[in-house]
Amino acid sequence: MREPVSFRVLRVVGLTLLTLFVLAPIYVMVSSSLKPLGDVQGTFTWIPTTITVQPFVDIWSTVPLARYFANSLVISLLATVCSVLLAISAAYAISRYRFHGRSAFRITVLSTQMFPGILFLLPLYLIFVNLGQLTGFALQGSRVALVITYLTFSLPFAIWMLVGYFDSIPRELDEAAHVDGAGPVGALVRVVLPSAAPGIAAVSIYSFMTAWGETLFASVMTNRDSRTLAIGLREYSTQTNVYWNEVMAASLVVSVPVVVGFLLLQRYLVQGLTAGAVK
Amino acid sequence: MRRRTFSTALIATATLGSVPLASCSSDDSGSGGGGDTLKYWASNQGTSLDNDVEILTPELEKFTQQTGITVELEVIPWDSLLQRILSATASGDAPDVLNIGNTWSASLQATGAFLPFEDEQYQAIGGKDKFLESSLGSTGAEGQPPTSVPLYGLAYGLFYSKAMFAEAGITEPPATWADLVADAKQLTDAAADRWGMTVAGASYTENSHFAFMFGKQNGAEFFDDEGQPTFTEAGNVAGIQQYLALMSTDRVVSPSAAEHPTTNDMIADFTSRKAAMFMGQNNSEATILSNGMTVDDYGVAPIPILDPLPAGGQRVNSHVAGINISVFADSENTEGALKLVQFLTSPEEQVVLNQKFGSLPVVAEAASDAAFQTENLKTFNAVLSDTAAPLPMIPNESQFETTVGQAMQDLFGRIATGQPAGTAEITRALEGAQQQMAGGA
Amino acid sequence: MATSTSARTGRARAPRPVRRAPRSTLAPRWLPYVLLAPALLFELLVHIVPMLTGIYISTLELTQFYVRRWLQAPSAGLGNFDIALDVDGAIGASLLRSFGITFAFTIATLALSWSLGMFAAVLLQRPFPGRNVLRTLFLVPYALPVYAGVIVWKFMLGRDNGMVNSLLGGLGITDGDTFWLLGDNAFVSTVVVAVWRLWPFAFLTLMAGLQSIPNEVYEAAAVDGAGMWQQFRSFTLPMLRPVNQVLLLVLFLWSFNDFNVPYILFGQSVPASADLISIHVYQASFITWNFGVGSAMSVLLLLVLLVITAVYLPLSSRRLRDA
Repeated sequence: MREPVSFRVLRVVGLTLLTLFVLAPIYVMVSSSLKPLGDVQGTFTWIPTTITVQPFVDIWSTVPLARYFANSLVISLLATVCSVLLAISAAYAISRYRFHGRSAFRITVLSTQMFPGILFLLPLYLIFVNLGQLTGFALQGSRVALVITYLTFSLPFAIWMLVGYFDSIPRELDEAAHVDGAGPVGALVRVVLPSAAPGIAAVSIYSFMTAWGETLFASVMTNRDSRTLAIGLREYSTQTNVYWNEVMAASLVVSVPVVVGFLLLQRYLVQGLTAGAVK
Repeated sequence: MRRRTFSTALIATATLGSVPLASCSSDDSGSGGGGDTLKYWASNQGTSLDNDVEILTPELEKFTQQTGITVELEVIPWDSLLQRILSATASGDAPDVLNIGNTWSASLQATGAFLPFEDEQYQAIGGKDKFLESSLGSTGAEGQPPTSVPLYGLAYGLFYSKAMFAEAGITEPPATWADLVADAKQLTDAAADRWGMTVAGASYTENSHFAFMFGKQNGAEFFDDEGQPTFTEAGNVAGIQQYLALMSTDRVVSPSAAEHPTTNDMIADFTSRKAAMFMGQNNSEATILSNGMTVDDYGVAPIPILDPLPAGGQRVNSHVAGINISVFADSENTEGALKLVQFLTSPEEQVVLNQKFGSLPVVAEAASDAAFQTENLKTFNAVLSDTAAPLPMIPNESQFETTVGQAMQDLFGRIATGQPAGTAEITRALEGAQQQMAGGA
Repeated sequence: MATSTSARTGRARAPRPVRRAPRSTLAPRWLPYVLLAPALLFELLVHIVPMLTGIYISTLELTQFYVRRWLQAPSAGLGNFDIALDVDGAIGASLLRSFGITFAFTIATLALSWSLGMFAAVLLQRPFPGRNVLRTLFLVPYALPVYAGVIVWKFMLGRDNGMVNSLLGGLGITDGDTFWLLGDNAFVSTVVVAVWRLWPFAFLTLMAGLQSIPNEVYEAAAVDGAGMWQQFRSFTLPMLRPVNQVLLLVLFLWSFNDFNVPYILFGQSVPASADLISIHVYQASFITWNFGVGSAMSVLLLLVLLVITAVYLPLSSRRLRDA
């Protein structure tokens, strides 16, 4: 079908405006990261009068950025892997079996999605400290504590989406696997998981992004060694100065790998969302 | 049916929940490292957290050499320090030694989590007498043994640009508040975006400090003897009005200062010659210098006081500002912790650290060191010992700072956006702040 | 890639799965519970038990005097709720105000994010040069770490040195010295920043939804002579219903609970007009040290969200009831 001219005009205008809206902050980020501190603090200029890459050198020494980056990466990846494994297991049970407490479980898990973080921040902290004292492992402040916390943040959405996904995979396939002598776990691994791959990819991206950007819990539950990027970036504004150019440079540096990774994987997110949501 | 399974699940979880709860009550030991390791939380005093680590590490190594105790240092940014302290207090998972903002002294003292300094503890750190009298005013509530001792001293002063003063033909820093306003008016050229003064209007801590000192000058207190809030006293309203008027009626502060959340923004105005004066603490010098000014470019004078003083007014132009150091009561190594406090408050370390952090020594022997005899530092020292008063040392102090400081921040916002913020609005804002205190107590 | 695509199309054509299939004979009774146990354990540890503890704390007079031995804090009964709900008092009034602001913020953010997402998804539905580039570009704000995405806005919205004033002043739209982070403008700024971050998610989801609508539907519509707008109204929107049900709820919950945007934008100095509920409760707890009242506020927030979700879900979807 041919598109009317009015639609094409609308498309050009609309997409141009949206592109400007999306790009403006990114342009500011890039251009400011190339300015000396004095220029960044002065009146805004679109084109830097002096270009310097010094901020990209300084960011590593002003704040231990490399360590925070590594922390964020490890914590987010581990939380993602754990969350996805738990979600697969739970979603499979919900999708394939009927048992007592099934709906109670679903409702409870789903409702945790709306718990305000501030309500359970302090209690969770206390629980980690006490668990740490009981087990002799300094849980509070460790990366493990954050992994545990973050994996549950994405769990409700992950379970809920995977249930939708698993439901859409015909049971005949499971039964065929059973006929071939596979048990429930065999059917899950051999039949359900491959078909659900896009959904799993989507859930993984979601989990990763959730963990990667979290600030409230990270600000209280981390210490020098386990601090993550999301709060580590705040340290460019210190008692004596705000290093705006370094803030921007560091933001760029830490964003690039995540943005690239996200953009490479986004088609899975699209597929996953489609399959999980359109039922 | 479904509802029943749901409530069963809830009851089950509630039962499970009581397990960790029970274990909380039985046990609040386990703080820090035992034996010959100490955990120390330092506050951010330098230009970055790493700068703090760089400054403190060699000193703490000296301590290790002297005592054989290793110190595990963590520098904590200000925006999470209080949360970290409160979480540590609630859980018992705490460092042995830590820095606190000295205005929190009485609030934190009320938690009972900090070691009180009685004669014995003072003896262990080298005696109470070594400290400057004035700095001991902000270490805890009156009538109780303090739970912190001073570490770094700070005081307010008026910074002025010598060049801008010279251009305007002003030869002396202002001596009275009226002089200050007159000078500032002379220095202001709003059309050219040049202003006599600048403030950090969106910083609730700064705002509350000025509310306190100008309230005192106007003969008012924010709390009565029983510790009950008296925010709406006429003198407090007048004091806040005096400060806000710089922007609203005197028009010597740029409206954009209403959105300055930190003192850095204010200092940037000053060093970029957008403003000729600001009222700041002595550690502002580090920022001024790092922004490219030299010591000869600016001068420091005591903040001018109202003259004549209103009835009951006091000559106060700073609070006793600074950083204190405390020991957690649950520390398994109190002796070692006190040794660290002694070390950090020893004259030698006081000279080294305060010089590097741009703060004032809190012990007499260090204060007389040649390093602190510059004209500017002498001014601050004089303010601290003569015209500084401690903020109310009551448990509710931190709520005072937040409620009053934020009310003033809103008022600055109103002024900047052209809404009225006169006596009536100030009174109403203070009433709101006072009610929040009452609800919180 | 090929397998996943075929899996999806295969799924779309497959008959609806039998929902109430009998339990597989191969599966022991305990199997589903074992499969659920790990997830349940972590949910209990991180969400349920702490939340119940939080509810318990909301009945305590937990100020700094008791923070250290909080189990011995005196019971406040429902006193904290009285304080939080007393709309004549300063605390209750400001809480109510904060709820109002949060609702307004949520509705504005949701409406704008959804509209922009829908708009872009429809515009990008058919191939044209540059389509893939734009699709990727539009996702960048969502992929940026929250802090990076919001702090740059804070920098841009500054009055004196900000890019926004420089732009608007330069174009002659304003006089170039607007306060974007003060007064009532702070609300507008918060919404704009939140929308900037969220709309790509709406875009992504709706794009996925549009792709799952079979082409035949459009062809049939075209045969009927339906215009583009009519097509959109009569076919596209109804076909997107399931996507929208989920998307709107997710956007709603995210916006309502948003902590990052106001916190990074304003720090501890949040202007009254942008006093969102999560920030409000945070300040009530940590800055005024009154964890009892703070927890009571969180419990109220939770109740509001539960009620809204409980009303919304059955109204809009049969999914949960199927469960």
